[in-house]
Amino acid sequence: MLKIENLNIQKDNKVILREIDFEVNPKEIYGILGPNGAGKSSLAYAIMGCNGYRPNEGRIVFDGKEINNLPIWERARLGITLAWQQEARFEGITVEDYLLLGMKKKDRAEVEGALQNVVLDPKEYLKRKVDKTLSGGERKRIELAAIFTMRPRLAILDEPDSGIDMLALDRIIEFVRDLRDRGTTVVLITHRADVARIAKRAALIGEGYLVKQGPCQEVVEYFETRCLVCPQFK
Amino acid sequence: MQDYQMMVKAYEEAGGTPDVFKDPKTAHLVVNQNKVLGSQSTDGLTVTAREKERGIDVDLRVDEGTKVANPVHLCFGVLPKEGRQEIKLNALIREGAEIRILAHCVFPNAIKVQHIMDALYTLEDSAALTYEEVHYHGLTGGVEVIPQARIRVGKDARIMTNFLLVKGRVGTLDIDYQAEADENGTIEMVARINGYGEDKIRIKESGQLTGRGARGLIKSRIAVRERAESEVISELGASAPNARGHVDCVEVVQGEATAKAVPLVSVLHAHAQVTHEAAIGRVNQKELETLMSRGLKEEEAVELIIGGMLK
Repeated sequence: MLKIENLNIQKDNKVILREIDFEVNPKEIYGILGPNGAGKSSLAYAIMGCNGYRPNEGRIVFDGKEINNLPIWERARLGITLAWQQEARFEGITVEDYLLLGMKKKDRAEVEGALQNVVLDPKEYLKRKVDKTLSGGERKRIELAAIFTMRPRLAILDEPDSGIDMLALDRIIEFVRDLRDRGTTVVLITHRADVARIAKRAALIGEGYLVKQGPCQEVVEYFETRCLVCPQFK
Repeated sequence: MQDYQMMVKAYEEAGGTPDVFKDPKTAHLVVNQNKVLGSQSTDGLTVTAREKERGIDVDLRVDEGTKVANPVHLCFGVLPKEGRQEIKLNALIREGAEIRILAHCVFPNAIKVQHIMDALYTLEDSAALTYEEVHYHGLTGGVEVIPQARIRVGKDARIMTNFLLVKGRVGTLDIDYQAEADENGTIEMVARINGYGEDKIRIKESGQLTGRGARGLIKSRIAVRERAESEVISELGASAPNARGHVDCVEVVQGEATAKAVPLVSVLHAHAQVTHEAAIGRVNQKELETLMSRGLKEEEAVELIIGGMLK
């Protein structure tokens, strides 16, 4: 479904991703592991088509079609979306409107269901604004609920576990599985080995390079034994 | 059509609900240019309007302890294409009284219209006033609006002003509000304005927190496009123990438009604090890309962000 071929990205005259190659199959949870600063979010922005993250070399292929030059919204209309690690805040836009944004068929019941799915009470949250009054954890959950209502074909989840307390972590992992079970292919970006384990396969990125890829268990073990022990990766 | 009916129609088109003018329990005042077309007082609230040579003098008084149940509706307009309107408003909110005023200023046909408002608001101790002002200046940009207000907020009293001009052209707008808050008094001044074409927006809002524990917020949300210009001067001073204030200004600039923001914050007591934040420039890239990642085109995303900001 998603194929990354020899992807190289330069930003501000600095190479931030080099020779990245991997392929994600339909309805798979694919993990992208790596320490902080490895280039994981840059990869997410490149797949989504964000400003400043167009490939210098290589191809991003979705459903057999190269999408290197498509703007974000066209990629979104093909079915790709991104749950941002640091979510934007919007004055004057309610949670309800935000969750309805990406839905092809506007369905209020589904919006309520999505909020319940991330353990937020619709009565309390539907009319709240997606602004600075939300805590980081609340905003994170609303971002995930928005992905749920959008029913994308490919969801890139950039560290959905960040800013989430331990008790809620199990629910977030459950959420990612639910998303996959509804037919969404998931690229799950994390630096937590315990979260990455729900993926079937994974790739490890370090300093902009693809260090290893393969079955998730192997990549996680490599990450835990070779990366996490290094002080500079902590 | 009679002037009164035309004014009410213009008021409705600007977002007002005309039924309120038939409700005996709702105080109101309707003014076309410098002529009073209708007014009504209610228990504990007196609205008096006098026609003068240069304009209209309005006295609004709320008796001590009166909590005015329904919002007071003020409708100021100039229906002809050209004209000048000058309103002198003196509002006295007695101790413990509470009132909400919804003012609509409508100039739907304006080609060359000037509207001058010179207001004095006095809030005695524990009084509360919410003043929401919605403007509609038509589509030609031929309106010059100069609202001035001096606001005195007594002990434990609170005022909130909300100036909204988001439909149609602005023309030239020059707001000058100055407020002072006594012990535990609260000042909150918010302006949301959408300018385009050759519109010129100038806002000067000043709050002085002179009483112990006084609170102040000056918030501006301005969008300027095409060749519009905006300048926002937000001045907040705190000179008493535990006085706290915040200035929050966002101006979104597009096309050839220009914007300036001048926050003037001062603290004259060691136990007082004033903070400020300002963001001026194009629409935030992250907000834009987030909405585009849900399938909105760039221009749709910009409209949604600006619309939300001005809501």
